[in-house]
Amino acid sequence: MNVIETRGLGKRYGNAWALRDCTLAIPEGHLVGLVGPNGAGKSTLMNLLAGLSVPTAGTVTVLGGRPAGSPAALDGIAFMAQDAPLYKHFSAGDMIHLTRNLNRQFDEAYARQRLDGLGIPLKKTSGKLSGGQQAQLALTLALARRPRMLILDEPLAALDPLAREDFMTTVMTAMTDNGVSVLLSSHALAELERIADYLIVLGAGEVRIAGEADDLVDSHQVLSGPAAAADAYAARLAVVQDRRAAAQAHLLVRSSDQPVPPGWEAHPVSLEELVMAYLRAPGAIGKQQPARIEQAEAAR
Amino acid sequence: MTVLTMPAQPAQDVTPRPVPWQRMIWVTWRQHRAMLISLTAVLGAVAIFLFAMGLWVHHNFSVLMACAAATPNDCGALNQSFNNTDWTTANTLLILMNLAPALIGAFTGPAVMARELETGTFRYAWTQGIGRVRWAIAKLVLLGVVIAVLTWAFSQIFEWFFAPFLQQQNTLTVLSKTVFDTRGIAFAAWCLAAFAIGAFLGMLLRRAIGAMAATLGVYLGLQLVTWLFLTKHYPVSVVTSNASLFTGGVSSSLNGLPSTAPDNSPWVLATWNVGHTSWWRYIPVSRFWPMQFIEAGWLLVLAVVLGAATVWLVRRRAA
Repeated sequence: MNVIETRGLGKRYGNAWALRDCTLAIPEGHLVGLVGPNGAGKSTLMNLLAGLSVPTAGTVTVLGGRPAGSPAALDGIAFMAQDAPLYKHFSAGDMIHLTRNLNRQFDEAYARQRLDGLGIPLKKTSGKLSGGQQAQLALTLALARRPRMLILDEPLAALDPLAREDFMTTVMTAMTDNGVSVLLSSHALAELERIADYLIVLGAGEVRIAGEADDLVDSHQVLSGPAAAADAYAARLAVVQDRRAAAQAHLLVRSSDQPVPPGWEAHPVSLEELVMAYLRAPGAIGKQQPARIEQAEAAR
Repeated sequence: MTVLTMPAQPAQDVTPRPVPWQRMIWVTWRQHRAMLISLTAVLGAVAIFLFAMGLWVHHNFSVLMACAAATPNDCGALNQSFNNTDWTTANTLLILMNLAPALIGAFTGPAVMARELETGTFRYAWTQGIGRVRWAIAKLVLLGVVIAVLTWAFSQIFEWFFAPFLQQQNTLTVLSKTVFDTRGIAFAAWCLAAFAIGAFLGMLLRRAIGAMAATLGVYLGLQLVTWLFLTKHYPVSVVTSNASLFTGGVSSSLNGLPSTAPDNSPWVLATWNVGHTSWWRYIPVSRFWPMQFIEAGWLLVLAVVLGAATVWLVRRRAA
């Protein structure tokens, strides 16, 4: 089952496309990192998945074909918007009661126990909680709904390192204990790289590359060799990034079956390097990647 | 291979049972209790004042009536006192009653949706399992019903308070423009319509303060249009002549056309003379209830249409 499936998905605000031609097929069970600079379309994609926005183009389904925003989709998805919006005058206990009333299923005992464990008093109004506590409260409410997928829009931005650690521990526990799939956006690449096992790289409203982190690393390499021969060689390869330094050329390429020619050396690439390269590169190569995943899905 | 890793999908999981409507009662109460409590408190305080003042007015009026029955020529001082103090207060309250629905609508309506948009909490509310359409319908209906019931009860107290003045003031009838909308079911209907206008404008403008000002403007415009153009078209008018009213049958003393209706109704729609007989087309005071139902009816339809438009805006509003 694909928890996220989009085809040619696009969202236009006025004349500007916030997201365009986005095709994804993400199987369940992953912690999907949505990476990209500010304004790359991360929130737009998440809002479309949560059913808060309606696509301008294309289709978007979640949890195995449920149209985003439909009752069936909302029932299985817990969305935590940026800055964890809560009713400021509601106590934590009120927020629990509210969320319980607004959903078909809600594990109140879990929510109370977790807030107790975190030392968040039920009587305190959420506006008076610290940023980290507000994020934890929002996460607790989301998890107590027992969702199939958790969508977290920049949940770590407002948290200090310790709170980030606590937050991610909770998310990881939910993944292992309840099999929740997670989509998490961040512009802090290093952090995402550490926790995500699936990456979507967004740049300027387009998917640059998407895939399992291990696959991405395995399917790319850096080739170093004489700059003089680089142009002829590069023409035969799918080059993501081409860096030249005096006599040396470093080509970040998609791996191919072709043997490495003499005088050239192949190195593995780090995930961070790879993502940075795709963020800098124009989208042409990256856009082939979702198609490959789609084919793999179709082949099943 | 992957078939093994796919979890079984129970059929009911795909189309889940919707979240029950009655859950929204607590949600609406918790979210809007400050507004509901203060509305009830203000209406309650004014109602207590009207009740106390009403006892005094009714007492004064019965003294005046007793005097008029016994010694009609010696009641000048009593009459003057009733006119100067009681009627002055009542007249002020009557004007406030005509403005009250606008204020109630501006106070209750705009915040319902606009606050969610202003604070960003709609991104929480609209992604819960209940879905934003159910959420919006339940809130609007519950708040609308509560406001209609509260304001109806309030208008009944005012109606009782005001009763003596309808007898004492010759020019006033229950159809008078300033009186008609404060009694019966019209007051509650106007309050409900004002709430719906407020809620719709709050969703449309996405700003509570701006929507409050707009609600006042739209409401007053609507009431003006109703007074000037709409009410006279309610299909309740009758045609009558003074031949049937006066035993003489001929009013030779008639100069020009009569300006007032036989029963002091303010709704004289047309007058004409045929020979020595004057004819009126007017809305008689006895048509009070049909007029109330017509007015409350179209206001209710307007409120429902605006509510539906609000839900439609909620549904298509993108983040």
